[in-house]
Amino acid sequence: MSESGEAAAPRGQAGGWLTLRRRNTLLPLALVIPGMLWLIIFYAIPIISQLWISLQTGNPDDGFAQTWNWAIYADSISEYSEQMLRSLQYAGTATIACFIIGFPLAYFMAFKAGRWRNLFLLLVILPFFTSLIVRTVAWQTILTDDSWITNALKTVGLVPQDGRLLATSFAVIAGITYNFLPFMVLPLYASLERMDRTLVEAATDLYASRWTAFRKITLPLAGPGIFAGVLLTFIPAIGDYINAQLLGTSQQYMIGNVIQSQYLVVREYPTAAALSFIMMVVVLLIIAVAARLIGTKRLSEAAVA
Amino acid sequence: MRTPLDRLRDGLLGVWSLGAVVFLFVPIFVIVLFSFNDNQGRFNFTWQGFTLRHWADPFGVEGLQQAFVTSLGLAALTTIIAVILGVCVALALVRHKWRGRGATGGLVFLPLATPEVVLGAALLGWFLTLGLIRGFVTLVIAHVMFTLGYVVITIRARLEGMDVHIEEAAMDLGANQWTTLRKITLPLLAPGIAAASLLCFAISIDDFVVSNFNAGQTVTFPLFVYGAARQGVPPQVNVLATAMLLFVVLLMFVNLGFQRRSARRQNREMETTPALGL
Repeated sequence: MSESGEAAAPRGQAGGWLTLRRRNTLLPLALVIPGMLWLIIFYAIPIISQLWISLQTGNPDDGFAQTWNWAIYADSISEYSEQMLRSLQYAGTATIACFIIGFPLAYFMAFKAGRWRNLFLLLVILPFFTSLIVRTVAWQTILTDDSWITNALKTVGLVPQDGRLLATSFAVIAGITYNFLPFMVLPLYASLERMDRTLVEAATDLYASRWTAFRKITLPLAGPGIFAGVLLTFIPAIGDYINAQLLGTSQQYMIGNVIQSQYLVVREYPTAAALSFIMMVVVLLIIAVAARLIGTKRLSEAAVA
Repeated sequence: MRTPLDRLRDGLLGVWSLGAVVFLFVPIFVIVLFSFNDNQGRFNFTWQGFTLRHWADPFGVEGLQQAFVTSLGLAALTTIIAVILGVCVALALVRHKWRGRGATGGLVFLPLATPEVVLGAALLGWFLTLGLIRGFVTLVIAHVMFTLGYVVITIRARLEGMDVHIEEAAMDLGANQWTTLRKITLPLLAPGIAAASLLCFAISIDDFVVSNFNAGQTVTFPLFVYGAARQGVPPQVNVLATAMLLFVVLLMFVNLGFQRRSARRQNREMETTPALGL
Protein backbone atom coordinates (compact mmCIF):
# COMPACT_ATOMS: atom_id res chain seq x y z
CA MET A 1 0.00 0.00 0.00
CA SER A 2 1.24 3.46 -0.80
CA GLU A 3 2.33 5.97 1.76
CA SER A 4 -0.51 8.37 1.21
CA GLY A 5 -2.98 5.52 1.53
CA GLU A 6 -1.38 4.61 4.87
CA ALA A 7 -1.54 8.18 6.13
CA ALA A 8 -5.17 8.68 5.20
CA ALA A 9 -6.22 5.20 6.28
CA PRO A 10 -8.44 6.22 9.21
CA ARG A 11 -10.63 8.18 6.80
CA GLY A 12 -11.13 5.62 4.12
CA GLN A 13 -13.18 2.74 5.40
CA ALA A 14 -15.26 1.86 2.37
CA GLY A 15 -14.09 0.77 -1.05
CA GLY A 16 -11.37 -1.49 0.24
CA TRP A 17 -10.49 -2.88 -3.16
CA LEU A 18 -9.02 0.40 -4.30
CA THR A 19 -6.23 2.23 -2.57
CA LEU A 20 -7.05 5.76 -1.57
CA ARG A 21 -4.63 7.24 -4.03
CA ARG A 22 -6.18 5.33 -6.89
CA ARG A 23 -9.61 6.38 -5.71
CA ASN A 24 -8.56 10.00 -5.47
CA THR A 25 -7.47 10.02 -9.08
CA LEU A 26 -10.40 8.00 -10.36
CA LEU A 27 -13.15 9.82 -8.47
CA PRO A 28 -12.72 13.26 -10.07
CA LEU A 29 -12.47 11.60 -13.46
CA ALA A 30 -15.69 9.70 -12.88
CA LEU A 31 -17.39 12.92 -11.78
CA VAL A 32 -16.14 14.92 -14.72
CA ILE A 33 -16.39 12.50 -17.62
CA PRO A 34 -20.17 12.52 -18.28
CA GLY A 35 -20.41 16.31 -18.32
CA MET A 36 -17.21 16.77 -20.30
CA LEU A 37 -18.19 14.15 -22.86
CA TRP A 38 -21.44 16.02 -23.37
CA LEU A 39 -19.58 19.27 -24.00
CA ILE A 40 -16.98 17.64 -26.23
CA ILE A 41 -19.51 15.76 -28.38
CA PHE A 42 -22.16 18.47 -28.56
CA TYR A 43 -20.07 21.64 -28.33
CA ALA A 44 -16.38 21.26 -29.22
CA ILE A 45 -16.69 18.78 -32.09
CA PRO A 46 -19.67 20.58 -33.69
CA ILE A 47 -17.78 23.90 -33.58
CA ILE A 48 -14.74 22.33 -35.24
CA SER A 49 -16.88 20.37 -37.71
CA GLN A 50 -18.15 23.71 -39.01
CA LEU A 51 -14.78 24.06 -40.72
CA TRP A 52 -15.17 20.61 -42.33
CA ILE A 53 -18.71 21.38 -43.55
CA SER A 54 -17.73 24.81 -44.86
CA LEU A 55 -15.20 23.30 -47.27
CA GLN A 56 -17.72 20.98 -48.91
CA THR A 57 -19.53 21.67 -52.17
CA GLY A 58 -22.79 20.33 -53.47
CA ASN A 59 -26.48 21.00 -53.08
CA PRO A 60 -29.12 19.91 -50.57
CA ASP A 61 -30.80 17.49 -52.96
CA ASP A 62 -27.78 15.51 -54.19
CA GLY A 63 -25.77 15.89 -51.01
CA PHE A 64 -22.48 17.57 -50.22
CA ALA A 65 -18.98 16.20 -50.79
CA GLN A 66 -15.66 17.31 -49.33
CA THR A 67 -13.76 19.32 -51.95
CA TRP A 68 -11.56 21.47 -49.70
CA ASN A 69 -13.13 24.54 -51.23
CA TRP A 70 -11.17 27.19 -49.32
CA ALA A 71 -12.45 29.84 -51.70
CA ILE A 72 -15.74 29.76 -49.79
CA TYR A 73 -14.17 32.01 -47.15
CA ALA A 74 -13.21 34.78 -49.55
CA ASP A 75 -16.53 34.36 -51.38
CA SER A 76 -18.77 34.56 -48.32
CA ILE A 77 -16.81 37.45 -46.81
CA SER A 78 -17.12 39.50 -49.99
CA GLU A 79 -20.75 38.54 -50.52
CA TYR A 80 -21.90 39.28 -46.96
CA SER A 81 -19.47 42.05 -45.96
CA GLU A 82 -22.42 44.44 -45.72
CA GLN A 83 -24.18 42.31 -43.09
CA MET A 84 -20.90 41.72 -41.25
CA LEU A 85 -20.14 45.42 -40.98
CA ARG A 86 -23.73 46.09 -39.98
CA SER A 87 -23.46 43.47 -37.21
CA LEU A 88 -20.33 45.14 -35.84
CA GLN A 89 -21.91 48.55 -36.10
CA TYR A 90 -25.25 47.62 -34.48
CA ALA A 91 -23.62 45.55 -31.73
CA GLY A 92 -21.08 48.32 -31.06
CA THR A 93 -23.72 51.05 -30.90
CA ALA A 94 -25.97 48.92 -28.68
CA THR A 95 -23.05 48.13 -26.34
CA ILE A 96 -22.24 51.83 -25.96
CA ALA A 97 -25.92 52.60 -25.36
CA CYS A 98 -26.09 49.81 -22.74
CA PHE A 99 -23.05 51.28 -20.99
CA ILE A 100 -24.47 54.80 -20.99
CA ILE A 101 -27.79 53.58 -19.61
CA GLY A 102 -26.34 50.87 -17.39
CA PHE A 103 -23.33 52.41 -15.65
CA PRO A 104 -25.26 55.10 -13.74
CA LEU A 105 -27.85 52.47 -12.81
CA ALA A 106 -25.19 50.06 -11.51
CA TYR A 107 -23.46 52.90 -9.65
CA PHE A 108 -26.74 53.97 -8.11
CA MET A 109 -27.55 50.40 -7.04
CA ALA A 110 -24.11 49.83 -5.53
CA PHE A 111 -23.71 53.08 -3.60
CA LYS A 112 -26.89 55.13 -3.38
CA ALA A 113 -29.87 52.81 -3.37
CA GLY A 114 -29.59 51.91 0.35
CA ARG A 115 -32.48 49.72 1.38
CA TRP A 116 -33.90 49.81 -2.16
CA ARG A 117 -30.84 48.01 -3.51
CA ASN A 118 -32.32 44.51 -3.51
CA LEU A 119 -35.53 45.76 -5.07
CA PHE A 120 -33.57 47.36 -7.92
CA LEU A 121 -31.53 44.20 -8.36
CA LEU A 122 -34.73 42.17 -8.55
CA LEU A 123 -36.19 44.60 -11.09
CA VAL A 124 -33.09 44.28 -13.29
CA ILE A 125 -33.28 40.47 -13.21
CA LEU A 126 -37.05 40.12 -13.52
CA PRO A 127 -37.32 40.81 -17.29
CA PHE A 128 -35.28 37.62 -17.81
CA PHE A 129 -38.29 35.69 -16.61
CA THR A 130 -40.55 36.86 -19.39
CA SER A 131 -39.92 35.29 -22.75
CA LEU A 132 -37.43 37.27 -24.83
CA ILE A 133 -39.43 36.66 -27.99
CA VAL A 134 -42.63 37.91 -26.37
CA ARG A 135 -40.82 41.03 -25.12
CA THR A 136 -39.44 41.73 -28.58
CA VAL A 137 -42.91 41.33 -30.07
CA ALA A 138 -44.09 43.80 -27.41
CA TRP A 139 -41.57 46.30 -28.85
CA GLN A 140 -43.35 45.86 -32.18
CA THR A 141 -46.51 47.01 -30.44
CA ILE A 142 -44.69 49.94 -28.85
CA LEU A 143 -42.91 51.14 -32.00
CA THR A 144 -45.65 50.37 -34.53
CA ASP A 145 -46.68 53.15 -36.91
CA ASP A 146 -49.71 54.39 -35.02
CA SER A 147 -48.59 53.82 -31.43
CA TRP A 148 -48.77 56.71 -28.98
CA ILE A 149 -44.98 56.83 -28.64
CA THR A 150 -44.49 57.15 -32.40
CA ASN A 151 -47.18 59.82 -32.54
CA ALA A 152 -45.68 61.67 -29.57
CA LEU A 153 -42.24 61.69 -31.21
CA LYS A 154 -43.83 62.94 -34.42
CA THR A 155 -45.57 65.74 -32.53
CA VAL A 156 -42.33 67.01 -30.99
CA GLY A 157 -40.60 66.63 -34.34
CA LEU A 158 -38.07 63.94 -33.41
CA VAL A 159 -39.58 61.69 -36.05
CA PRO A 160 -40.63 63.23 -39.39
CA GLN A 161 -44.38 63.25 -40.11
CA ASP A 162 -44.09 60.57 -42.77
CA GLY A 163 -41.35 58.70 -40.87
CA ARG A 164 -41.63 55.55 -38.86
CA LEU A 165 -39.86 53.84 -35.96
CA LEU A 166 -40.57 50.20 -36.67
CA ALA A 167 -38.53 48.61 -39.47
CA THR A 168 -35.61 51.03 -39.07
CA SER A 169 -32.02 50.67 -37.83
CA PHE A 170 -33.08 52.64 -34.78
CA ALA A 171 -35.68 50.00 -33.84
CA VAL A 172 -33.19 47.15 -34.23
CA ILE A 173 -30.45 48.87 -32.20
CA ALA A 174 -32.99 49.87 -29.53
CA GLY A 175 -34.19 46.27 -29.38
CA ILE A 176 -30.66 44.92 -28.97
CA THR A 177 -29.91 47.55 -26.33
CA TYR A 178 -33.04 46.56 -24.47
CA ASN A 179 -32.40 42.81 -24.70
CA PHE A 180 -28.83 42.94 -23.42
CA LEU A 181 -28.98 45.79 -20.88
CA PRO A 182 -29.09 43.44 -17.84
CA PHE A 183 -25.94 41.68 -19.13
CA MET A 184 -24.17 45.03 -18.86
CA VAL A 185 -25.66 46.12 -15.54
CA LEU A 186 -25.07 42.96 -13.50
CA PRO A 187 -21.25 42.65 -13.91
CA LEU A 188 -20.86 46.42 -13.48
CA TYR A 189 -22.88 46.25 -10.29
CA ALA A 190 -20.93 43.25 -9.01
CA SER A 191 -17.55 44.94 -9.48
CA LEU A 192 -18.69 48.27 -8.00
CA GLU A 193 -20.37 46.61 -5.05
CA ARG A 194 -17.18 44.71 -4.17
CA MET A 195 -15.19 47.92 -4.22
CA ASP A 196 -13.68 49.32 -1.04
CA ARG A 197 -15.39 52.69 -0.67
CA THR A 198 -12.90 53.89 1.92
CA LEU A 199 -10.41 54.33 -0.94
CA VAL A 200 -12.63 57.03 -2.42
CA GLU A 201 -12.95 58.66 1.01
CA ALA A 202 -9.18 58.56 1.38
CA ALA A 203 -8.78 60.22 -2.00
CA THR A 204 -11.23 63.01 -1.24
CA ASP A 205 -9.67 63.46 2.21
CA LEU A 206 -6.41 64.00 0.39
CA TYR A 207 -8.09 66.80 -1.58
CA ALA A 208 -8.88 64.94 -4.76
CA SER A 209 -12.04 66.35 -6.32
CA ARG A 210 -15.03 64.01 -6.64
CA TRP A 211 -14.41 63.79 -10.36
CA THR A 212 -10.72 62.97 -9.91
CA ALA A 213 -11.55 60.34 -7.29
CA PHE A 214 -14.11 58.82 -9.64
CA ARG A 215 -11.67 58.83 -12.54
CA LYS A 216 -8.63 57.57 -10.62
CA ILE A 217 -10.22 55.20 -8.11
CA THR A 218 -13.74 54.10 -9.04
CA LEU A 219 -13.28 53.59 -12.77
CA PRO A 220 -10.03 51.56 -12.58
CA LEU A 221 -11.47 49.37 -9.81
CA ALA A 222 -14.59 48.80 -11.91
CA GLY A 223 -12.36 47.90 -14.87
CA PRO A 224 -12.91 44.12 -14.88
CA GLY A 225 -16.65 44.67 -14.51
CA ILE A 226 -16.67 47.11 -17.43
CA PHE A 227 -14.72 44.63 -19.54
CA ALA A 228 -17.02 41.76 -18.61
CA GLY A 229 -20.13 43.87 -19.21
CA VAL A 230 -18.90 45.00 -22.62
CA LEU A 231 -18.06 41.41 -23.65
CA LEU A 232 -21.30 39.96 -22.29
CA THR A 233 -23.24 42.57 -24.26
CA PHE A 234 -21.22 42.75 -27.45
CA ILE A 235 -20.71 39.01 -28.07
CA PRO A 236 -24.36 37.95 -27.94
CA ALA A 237 -25.38 41.16 -29.73
CA ILE A 238 -23.11 40.47 -32.68
CA GLY A 239 -24.82 37.11 -33.29
CA ASP A 240 -28.36 38.32 -32.67
CA TYR A 241 -30.93 37.95 -35.43
CA ILE A 242 -34.20 38.15 -33.52
CA ASN A 243 -34.29 41.94 -33.32
CA ALA A 244 -33.42 42.45 -36.98
CA GLN A 245 -36.03 39.86 -37.90
CA LEU A 246 -38.87 41.21 -35.75
CA LEU A 247 -38.10 44.94 -35.60
CA GLY A 248 -36.32 45.49 -38.91
CA THR A 249 -36.50 44.53 -42.56
CA SER A 250 -34.02 42.82 -44.86
CA GLN A 251 -32.36 46.26 -45.03
CA GLN A 252 -31.39 45.76 -41.36
CA TYR A 253 -30.38 42.10 -41.56
CA MET A 254 -27.28 41.14 -39.60
CA ILE A 255 -24.89 38.24 -40.06
CA GLY A 256 -27.02 36.07 -37.75
CA ASN A 257 -29.96 36.44 -40.15
CA VAL A 258 -27.76 35.28 -43.01
CA ILE A 259 -26.53 32.20 -41.10
CA GLN A 260 -30.09 31.36 -40.09
CA SER A 261 -31.54 31.63 -43.58
CA GLN A 262 -28.58 29.91 -45.25
CA TYR A 263 -28.95 26.96 -42.88
CA LEU A 264 -32.73 26.73 -42.50
CA VAL A 265 -34.22 28.29 -45.63
CA VAL A 266 -31.77 28.13 -48.56
CA ARG A 267 -29.92 25.12 -47.10
CA GLU A 268 -26.58 26.39 -48.41
CA TYR A 269 -24.80 24.61 -45.56
CA PRO A 270 -21.17 25.36 -46.54
CA THR A 271 -21.77 29.13 -46.70
CA ALA A 272 -23.64 29.09 -43.38
CA ALA A 273 -20.92 26.99 -41.75
CA ALA A 274 -18.19 29.30 -43.08
CA LEU A 275 -19.96 32.39 -41.73
CA SER A 276 -20.57 30.86 -38.34
CA PHE A 277 -16.96 29.60 -38.19
CA ILE A 278 -15.71 33.12 -38.97
CA MET A 279 -17.91 34.52 -36.23
CA MET A 280 -16.57 31.99 -33.72
CA VAL A 281 -12.97 32.85 -34.61
CA VAL A 282 -13.69 36.57 -34.24
CA VAL A 283 -15.33 36.01 -30.86
CA LEU A 284 -12.45 33.83 -29.64
CA LEU A 285 -10.00 36.53 -30.71
CA ILE A 286 -11.96 39.16 -28.80
CA ILE A 287 -12.00 36.97 -25.68
CA ALA A 288 -8.30 36.18 -26.01
CA VAL A 289 -7.40 39.87 -26.29
CA ALA A 290 -9.59 40.71 -23.31
CA ALA A 291 -8.11 37.87 -21.26
CA ARG A 292 -4.63 39.04 -22.24
CA LEU A 293 -5.40 42.60 -21.18
CA ILE A 294 -6.90 41.96 -17.78
CA GLY A 295 -6.18 38.28 -17.04
CA THR A 296 -8.36 35.21 -17.45
CA LYS A 297 -9.13 34.84 -13.77
CA ARG A 298 -10.27 38.41 -13.23
CA LEU A 299 -12.28 38.31 -16.44
CA SER A 300 -14.16 35.12 -15.64
CA GLU A 301 -14.68 36.23 -12.05
CA ALA A 302 -16.15 39.53 -13.16
CA ALA A 303 -18.27 37.85 -15.82
CA VAL A 304 -19.68 35.29 -13.46
CA ALA A 305 -20.22 37.22 -10.25
CA MET B 1 -20.45 67.88 4.01
CA ARG B 2 -23.09 67.30 1.34
CA THR B 3 -23.36 70.37 -0.82
CA PRO B 4 -26.53 71.18 -2.82
CA LEU B 5 -24.54 70.19 -5.90
CA ASP B 6 -23.98 66.70 -4.46
CA ARG B 7 -27.66 66.39 -3.72
CA LEU B 8 -28.53 67.48 -7.25
CA ARG B 9 -26.10 64.93 -8.65
CA ASP B 10 -27.55 62.11 -6.51
CA GLY B 11 -31.04 63.18 -7.49
CA LEU B 12 -30.20 63.07 -11.19
CA LEU B 13 -28.56 59.68 -10.72
CA GLY B 14 -31.70 58.37 -9.04
CA VAL B 15 -33.95 59.72 -11.79
CA TRP B 16 -31.70 58.23 -14.50
CA SER B 17 -31.69 54.83 -12.73
CA LEU B 18 -35.44 54.87 -12.34
CA GLY B 19 -35.68 55.70 -16.04
CA ALA B 20 -33.47 52.72 -16.91
CA VAL B 21 -35.66 50.38 -14.86
CA VAL B 22 -38.78 51.82 -16.49
CA PHE B 23 -37.14 51.15 -19.88
CA LEU B 24 -36.69 47.51 -18.82
CA PHE B 25 -40.33 47.29 -17.82
CA VAL B 26 -42.09 49.06 -20.69
CA PRO B 27 -42.49 45.91 -22.81
CA ILE B 28 -43.50 43.86 -19.79
CA PHE B 29 -46.19 46.41 -19.00
CA VAL B 30 -47.36 46.15 -22.62
CA ILE B 31 -47.40 42.33 -22.44
CA VAL B 32 -49.55 42.35 -19.30
CA LEU B 33 -51.84 45.12 -20.59
CA PHE B 34 -52.46 43.49 -23.96
CA SER B 35 -53.38 40.17 -22.34
CA PHE B 36 -56.59 42.03 -21.40
CA ASN B 37 -57.10 43.60 -24.84
CA ASP B 38 -60.47 42.99 -26.46
CA ASN B 39 -58.88 42.76 -29.90
CA GLN B 40 -60.90 42.17 -33.03
CA GLY B 41 -59.31 40.18 -35.81
CA ARG B 42 -55.83 38.74 -35.86
CA PHE B 43 -53.71 41.62 -34.65
CA ASN B 44 -53.14 42.64 -31.07
CA PHE B 45 -51.37 45.95 -31.70
CA THR B 46 -53.95 48.58 -30.72
CA TRP B 47 -55.92 48.85 -27.50
CA GLN B 48 -59.59 48.09 -28.09
CA GLY B 49 -61.05 47.71 -24.62
CA PHE B 50 -60.80 45.51 -21.55
CA THR B 51 -61.73 41.85 -21.54
CA LEU B 52 -61.01 38.75 -19.48
CA ARG B 53 -61.89 36.34 -22.26
CA HIS B 54 -58.27 35.44 -23.08
CA TRP B 55 -57.58 34.69 -19.44
CA ALA B 56 -60.67 32.50 -19.33
CA ASP B 57 -59.40 30.52 -22.32
CA PRO B 58 -55.56 30.68 -22.30
CA PHE B 59 -55.16 27.73 -24.67
CA GLY B 60 -57.84 28.79 -27.13
CA VAL B 61 -55.37 28.91 -29.99
CA GLU B 62 -54.47 25.97 -32.19
CA GLY B 63 -51.10 24.51 -31.19
CA LEU B 64 -50.37 26.81 -28.26
CA GLN B 65 -51.10 24.27 -25.54
CA GLN B 66 -48.97 21.64 -27.28
CA ALA B 67 -46.08 24.12 -27.60
CA PHE B 68 -46.35 25.19 -23.97
CA VAL B 69 -46.42 21.61 -22.68
CA THR B 70 -43.43 20.74 -24.89
CA SER B 71 -41.49 23.69 -23.45
CA LEU B 72 -42.29 22.71 -19.86
CA GLY B 73 -41.25 19.10 -20.47
CA LEU B 74 -38.10 20.14 -22.28
CA ALA B 75 -37.11 22.57 -19.53
CA ALA B 76 -37.79 19.99 -16.79
CA LEU B 77 -35.80 17.23 -18.48
CA THR B 78 -32.97 19.64 -19.34
CA THR B 79 -32.82 20.85 -15.74
CA ILE B 80 -32.64 17.33 -14.28
CA ILE B 81 -29.84 16.20 -16.61
CA ALA B 82 -27.85 19.45 -16.52
CA VAL B 83 -28.02 19.76 -12.72
CA ILE B 84 -26.85 16.17 -12.15
CA LEU B 85 -23.98 16.52 -14.63
CA GLY B 86 -23.16 20.04 -13.42
CA VAL B 87 -23.02 19.15 -9.70
CA CYS B 88 -20.59 16.31 -10.49
CA VAL B 89 -18.34 18.57 -12.58
CA ALA B 90 -18.41 21.32 -9.94
CA LEU B 91 -17.52 18.85 -7.17
CA ALA B 92 -14.57 17.59 -9.18
CA LEU B 93 -13.41 21.13 -9.97
CA VAL B 94 -13.58 22.42 -6.39
CA ARG B 95 -12.97 19.41 -4.15
CA HIS B 96 -10.30 17.56 -6.10
CA LYS B 97 -6.93 18.41 -7.55
CA TRP B 98 -6.17 16.75 -10.87
CA ARG B 99 -4.45 17.39 -14.14
CA GLY B 100 -6.66 19.01 -16.74
CA ARG B 101 -8.67 20.98 -14.20
CA GLY B 102 -7.88 24.29 -15.89
CA ALA B 103 -8.77 23.00 -19.35
CA THR B 104 -12.05 21.61 -18.01
CA GLY B 105 -12.91 24.95 -16.44
CA GLY B 106 -12.26 26.59 -19.82
CA LEU B 107 -14.41 24.12 -21.71
CA VAL B 108 -17.26 24.72 -19.27
CA PHE B 109 -16.94 28.48 -19.69
CA LEU B 110 -16.67 28.57 -23.51
CA PRO B 111 -20.29 27.77 -24.48
CA LEU B 112 -21.41 30.71 -22.34
CA ALA B 113 -19.15 32.99 -24.36
CA THR B 114 -20.26 31.66 -27.74
CA PRO B 115 -22.97 33.55 -29.64
CA GLU B 116 -26.15 31.51 -29.62
CA VAL B 117 -26.40 31.52 -33.39
CA VAL B 118 -23.01 29.76 -33.57
CA LEU B 119 -24.11 27.20 -30.96
CA GLY B 120 -27.27 26.49 -32.89
CA ALA B 121 -25.66 26.41 -36.32
CA ALA B 122 -22.72 24.24 -35.25
CA LEU B 123 -24.98 21.71 -33.57
CA LEU B 124 -27.31 21.60 -36.58
CA GLY B 125 -24.34 21.03 -38.89
CA TRP B 126 -23.17 18.21 -36.62
CA PHE B 127 -26.62 16.58 -36.47
CA LEU B 128 -26.85 16.82 -40.27
CA THR B 129 -23.43 15.18 -40.59
CA LEU B 130 -24.48 12.40 -38.23
CA GLY B 131 -27.79 12.06 -40.03
CA LEU B 132 -29.81 12.49 -36.81
CA ILE B 133 -33.48 13.40 -37.22
CA ARG B 134 -34.09 16.61 -35.33
CA GLY B 135 -36.85 16.73 -32.74
CA PHE B 136 -37.42 16.63 -28.98
CA VAL B 137 -34.30 14.53 -28.31
CA THR B 138 -31.95 16.88 -30.17
CA LEU B 139 -33.56 19.78 -28.29
CA VAL B 140 -32.77 18.13 -24.94
CA ILE B 141 -29.17 17.49 -26.10
CA ALA B 142 -28.79 21.11 -27.17
CA HIS B 143 -30.37 22.60 -24.05
CA VAL B 144 -28.23 20.52 -21.68
CA MET B 145 -25.16 21.62 -23.64
CA PHE B 146 -25.76 25.35 -23.20
CA THR B 147 -27.18 25.27 -19.65
CA LEU B 148 -24.47 23.03 -18.16
CA GLY B 149 -21.99 25.91 -17.77
CA TYR B 150 -24.49 28.00 -15.81
CA VAL B 151 -25.10 25.09 -13.43
CA VAL B 152 -21.38 24.47 -12.88
CA ILE B 153 -20.70 28.14 -12.19
CA THR B 154 -23.59 28.51 -9.73
CA ILE B 155 -22.71 25.31 -7.85
CA ARG B 156 -18.99 26.07 -7.88
CA ALA B 157 -19.56 29.47 -6.28
CA ARG B 158 -21.61 27.83 -3.54
CA LEU B 159 -19.03 25.06 -2.98
CA GLU B 160 -16.19 27.54 -2.74
CA GLY B 161 -18.10 29.46 -0.08
CA MET B 162 -18.68 26.28 1.95
CA ASP B 163 -16.53 25.31 4.94
CA VAL B 164 -14.43 22.27 3.93
CA HIS B 165 -13.82 21.52 7.60
CA ILE B 166 -17.36 20.24 8.07
CA GLU B 167 -16.80 17.61 5.40
CA GLU B 168 -13.38 16.78 6.84
CA ALA B 169 -14.88 16.45 10.30
CA ALA B 170 -17.43 13.96 8.99
CA MET B 171 -14.69 11.90 7.39
CA ASP B 172 -12.53 12.08 10.51
CA LEU B 173 -15.51 10.69 12.42
CA GLY B 174 -15.50 7.68 10.13
CA ALA B 175 -17.97 8.62 7.42
CA ASN B 176 -16.89 7.44 3.99
CA GLN B 177 -16.91 9.74 0.99
CA TRP B 178 -20.35 8.64 -0.16
CA THR B 179 -21.93 9.16 3.26
CA THR B 180 -20.23 12.54 3.59
CA LEU B 181 -21.55 13.57 0.20
CA ARG B 182 -25.07 12.42 1.01
CA LYS B 183 -25.32 13.70 4.60
CA ILE B 184 -23.14 16.80 4.56
CA THR B 185 -22.21 18.15 1.15
CA LEU B 186 -25.50 17.80 -0.72
CA PRO B 187 -27.71 19.21 2.09
CA LEU B 188 -25.38 22.19 2.44
CA LEU B 189 -25.42 22.56 -1.33
CA ALA B 190 -29.23 22.50 -1.53
CA PRO B 191 -29.75 26.28 -1.91
CA GLY B 192 -27.16 26.32 -4.70
CA ILE B 193 -28.85 23.40 -6.41
CA ALA B 194 -32.20 25.16 -6.13
CA ALA B 195 -30.77 28.35 -7.63
CA ALA B 196 -29.05 26.44 -10.43
CA SER B 197 -32.26 24.54 -11.22
CA LEU B 198 -34.31 27.72 -11.41
CA LEU B 199 -31.72 29.38 -13.65
CA CYS B 200 -31.47 26.31 -15.88
CA PHE B 201 -35.25 26.01 -16.20
CA ALA B 202 -35.62 29.70 -17.00
CA ILE B 203 -32.90 29.66 -19.67
CA SER B 204 -34.24 26.51 -21.28
CA ILE B 205 -37.87 27.59 -21.40
CA ASP B 206 -36.90 30.94 -22.92
CA ASP B 207 -34.47 29.65 -25.53
CA PHE B 208 -35.28 30.57 -29.07
CA VAL B 209 -32.11 30.65 -31.18
CA VAL B 210 -30.63 27.21 -30.54
CA SER B 211 -34.11 25.65 -30.65
CA ASN B 212 -34.81 27.43 -33.93
CA PHE B 213 -31.94 25.50 -35.50
CA ASN B 214 -32.44 22.11 -33.85
CA ALA B 215 -36.18 21.63 -33.27
CA GLY B 216 -37.09 19.91 -36.53
CA GLN B 217 -40.89 19.62 -36.50
CA THR B 218 -41.13 20.11 -32.73
CA VAL B 219 -42.63 23.44 -31.63
CA THR B 220 -41.70 25.04 -28.30
CA PHE B 221 -43.39 28.09 -26.78
CA PRO B 222 -40.82 30.63 -28.10
CA LEU B 223 -40.89 28.98 -31.53
CA PHE B 224 -44.68 29.19 -31.54
CA VAL B 225 -44.57 32.92 -30.73
CA TYR B 226 -41.96 33.54 -33.42
CA GLY B 227 -44.01 31.63 -35.99
CA ALA B 228 -47.12 33.54 -34.99
CA ALA B 229 -45.34 36.92 -35.11
CA ARG B 230 -45.81 37.15 -38.87
CA GLN B 231 -49.58 36.81 -38.74
CA GLY B 232 -50.07 38.54 -35.40
CA VAL B 233 -49.38 37.06 -31.98
CA PRO B 234 -52.61 35.97 -30.26
CA PRO B 235 -53.33 37.58 -26.84
CA GLN B 236 -53.26 34.14 -25.25
CA VAL B 237 -49.47 34.30 -25.59
CA ASN B 238 -49.54 37.43 -23.43
CA VAL B 239 -51.69 35.59 -20.90
CA LEU B 240 -49.19 32.74 -20.62
CA ALA B 241 -46.18 35.09 -20.45
CA THR B 242 -47.88 37.09 -17.68
CA ALA B 243 -48.81 33.92 -15.80
CA MET B 244 -45.21 32.67 -15.98
CA LEU B 245 -43.92 35.98 -14.66
CA LEU B 246 -46.43 35.93 -11.79
CA PHE B 247 -45.33 32.39 -10.95
CA VAL B 248 -41.65 33.45 -10.76
CA VAL B 249 -42.47 36.47 -8.59
CA LEU B 250 -44.46 34.18 -6.29
CA LEU B 251 -41.50 31.75 -6.09
CA MET B 252 -39.19 34.63 -5.20
CA PHE B 253 -41.47 35.76 -2.37
CA VAL B 254 -41.70 32.20 -1.02
CA ASN B 255 -37.91 31.93 -1.18
CA LEU B 256 -37.54 35.29 0.58
CA GLY B 257 -39.91 34.09 3.30
CA PHE B 258 -37.85 30.94 3.80
CA GLN B 259 -34.63 32.93 4.01
CA ARG B 260 -36.10 35.35 6.54
CA ARG B 261 -37.41 32.47 8.65
CA SER B 262 -34.15 30.56 8.69
CA ALA B 263 -32.25 33.76 9.46
CA ARG B 264 -34.59 34.38 12.41
CA ARG B 265 -34.20 30.82 13.59
CA GLN B 266 -30.44 31.11 13.43
CA ASN B 267 -30.57 34.33 15.43
CA ARG B 268 -32.70 32.66 18.07
CA GLU B 269 -30.34 29.73 18.36
CA MET B 270 -27.43 32.10 18.67
CA GLU B 271 -29.17 33.85 21.56
CA THR B 272 -30.00 30.71 23.50
CA THR B 273 -26.69 28.95 22.91
CA PRO B 274 -24.14 31.71 22.50
CA ALA B 275 -21.20 29.36 22.86
CA LEU B 276 -22.28 27.21 19.94
CA GLY B 277 -23.12 30.27 17.94
CA LEU B 278 -19.47 31.03 17.68
